[in-house]
Amino acid sequence: MRILIVEDDRDAASYLVKAFAEAGHVADHAADGLTGYAMAKDGPYDVLIVDRMLPKLDGLSMISRLRQEGTQTPSLILSALGEVDDRVKGLRAGGDDYLPKPYAFSELLARVEVLSRRHPGKGEETVYRVGDLELDRLSHVVRRAGEEIDLQPREFRLLEYLMKNAGQVVTRTMLLEHVWDYHFDPGTNVIDVHVSRLRAKLDKGFDKPLLHTVRGAGYMIRAGAR
Amino acid sequence: MQALGKLVRTTAFKLMAAYLLVFTLFAASLLGYFFWNAQRLLGLQINSSINGEISSLADEYQQGGVMRLAATIEMRARRPGSLLYIVATPDNEALAGNVSELPDGVLDKPGWSSIPYSRDDGTSSGARMALVRVFLLQGGYKLLVGVDLEEQSRVRSIMLNAALWSAGLIVLLGVAGGWFVARRVLHRLDDINATSRSIMGGDLTRRLKLAGTDDEIDRLAVTTNAMLDRIQELMAGLKEVSDNIAHDLKTPLTRLRNHAEEALRTARDENTYRVALERTIEESDKLIGTFNALLMIARAEAGRIETSMSDFDVAEAAHSLAELYEPVAEENGARIRVDAVRPLSLRGNRELISQALANLVDNALKHGAPPGGEGGAEVTITAAKGEGRVVLSVADRGEGIAPSERQRVLERFVRLESSRSRPGSGLGLSLVAAAVKLHGGTIRLEDNQPGLRVVLELPDRQ
Repeated sequence: MRILIVEDDRDAASYLVKAFAEAGHVADHAADGLTGYAMAKDGPYDVLIVDRMLPKLDGLSMISRLRQEGTQTPSLILSALGEVDDRVKGLRAGGDDYLPKPYAFSELLARVEVLSRRHPGKGEETVYRVGDLELDRLSHVVRRAGEEIDLQPREFRLLEYLMKNAGQVVTRTMLLEHVWDYHFDPGTNVIDVHVSRLRAKLDKGFDKPLLHTVRGAGYMIRAGAR
Repeated sequence: MQALGKLVRTTAFKLMAAYLLVFTLFAASLLGYFFWNAQRLLGLQINSSINGEISSLADEYQQGGVMRLAATIEMRARRPGSLLYIVATPDNEALAGNVSELPDGVLDKPGWSSIPYSRDDGTSSGARMALVRVFLLQGGYKLLVGVDLEEQSRVRSIMLNAALWSAGLIVLLGVAGGWFVARRVLHRLDDINATSRSIMGGDLTRRLKLAGTDDEIDRLAVTTNAMLDRIQELMAGLKEVSDNIAHDLKTPLTRLRNHAEEALRTARDENTYRVALERTIEESDKLIGTFNALLMIARAEAGRIETSMSDFDVAEAAHSLAELYEPVAEENGARIRVDAVRPLSLRGNRELISQALANLVDNALKHGAPPGGEGGAEVTITAAKGEGRVVLSVADRGEGIAPSERQRVLERFVRLESSRSRPGSGLGLSLVAAAVKLHGGTIRLEDNQPGLRVVLELPDRQ
């Protein structure tokens, strides 16, 4: 995957470039909004990571300019402004995801990987499959090895999001945002409890677990070893 | 000179000057009117006495001719304080009278005129002024009757003197009074100025003096003093917060640093480094959490919310939150009950209200177990519509909070166990309080008998 990082802080940018390289991706760096805009417009990038406050052209204007001109590369906005209205503003400007600073790299990586899979048509699949697990989004039926699993509505949405991003790490905050629509830290590690309940329903009685905990990052649903 | 310049520039002085000007104009026109009227009256009196005398003398003449007239005049002219008389032949030869000198040609001009004269008895000589009327009699005889004007001019000068004195006195009194008022006001304002300056200099305990008159300046001083009390209170709060920040942020920062230092000093293998780094990340995540909460409280207290307000179903939010915490509660043997009928619309920030409820539920799950360890917490969330407000509450059956502590726990970083050894930042309830304040509502901590009930009352803006 090829990533463009538009960030004016040299330290932060070189850290990100290095970290993405270690995760097996290629990352380029632009130090201001105008350079970032030019590179994003012509370059073969899968995901853009854009700081909000940039010299010459701020991140939001850069993204909305790209969108107006037809560049649809998924973008993630990084910003120290993390309040709800800031995020709404960022997403309305054309950003696809928003991560407030300070962030954990594992969270950023998970989100970028999920974003990069977002090609048209993918979201419209009606049945998700991972190994012998099958989720029908229309009939709300979940089966594993042909056997129906009874899930609560919220558990269904949790599984749906995990399966939509099968093979990718999904962090706790991503789950909170997409399944519960909360943008705050609820303190007690409630997400872990929900996931372990789901796991009990999915994996109990099967040799091969599908729902995995990725230490320090989040969760991932996948069949077999990676 | 400088003090005078300062005084002249004051509002009080300007007002005083304007008032004085109006007052003086008024007094002057009043005095002028009296003066003019008195003059007129005096003039009329003179005219009528001359006219009366002429008509009585004309009678004498008609009855006894010029001889009788001359005799009458001779008699009347000898009376003390008499009028002025002359009766003359057509050749201007005086037959009788008491005037010795007259300007030439006066007797040839019938009618009124004002002339200098001399009396023949010597009581007045030289250029005394008189108002005279000359009357032509049959046969060419001439009669002059006049009044000495000295009296009138004396009266006029007395009146003029009186008027000038009064005007002077009025101006003097006005200036003195105005000066006194201006000085007094200026003095009090100077006092306020000096006190304000020393407060600005850092002495927040100073207060403005009251004159005890309950006038505008006193009321201003009372309001200002109340404002100063509030500021002092806020400053004290700020100091407490910064003390707490020093403890709650510096302590973990120091711990963070110590861990890193220790790892560098003692670690021999990769695994020890790994453990140290994991602890570092864990510690900094906690710090970020505290920091975020502080920022959120600060922003909530600064009141920037209008853009993120929307209508949302608060009962739904309560159910959804209960559902989020349900598995956690079950693991701890606790129960969450929701008493809220959907839909229950509220205009506000769903995220902030949900976070407030989440903090309360989290607290209730942690502290709401009945004392003695019998079973887990029982948490009840309610949402209901009252008169013009929406009432939310979260209640538990735990130990509760003593009435004396209830206000204090809403403050930033306040934790009831002073050792601060248990997890938590002490920001949860103050975040709730800030969110409620931002929505223009109130927060109340009550005894749930047993346990704690936190009641949030939010204005219903529908």
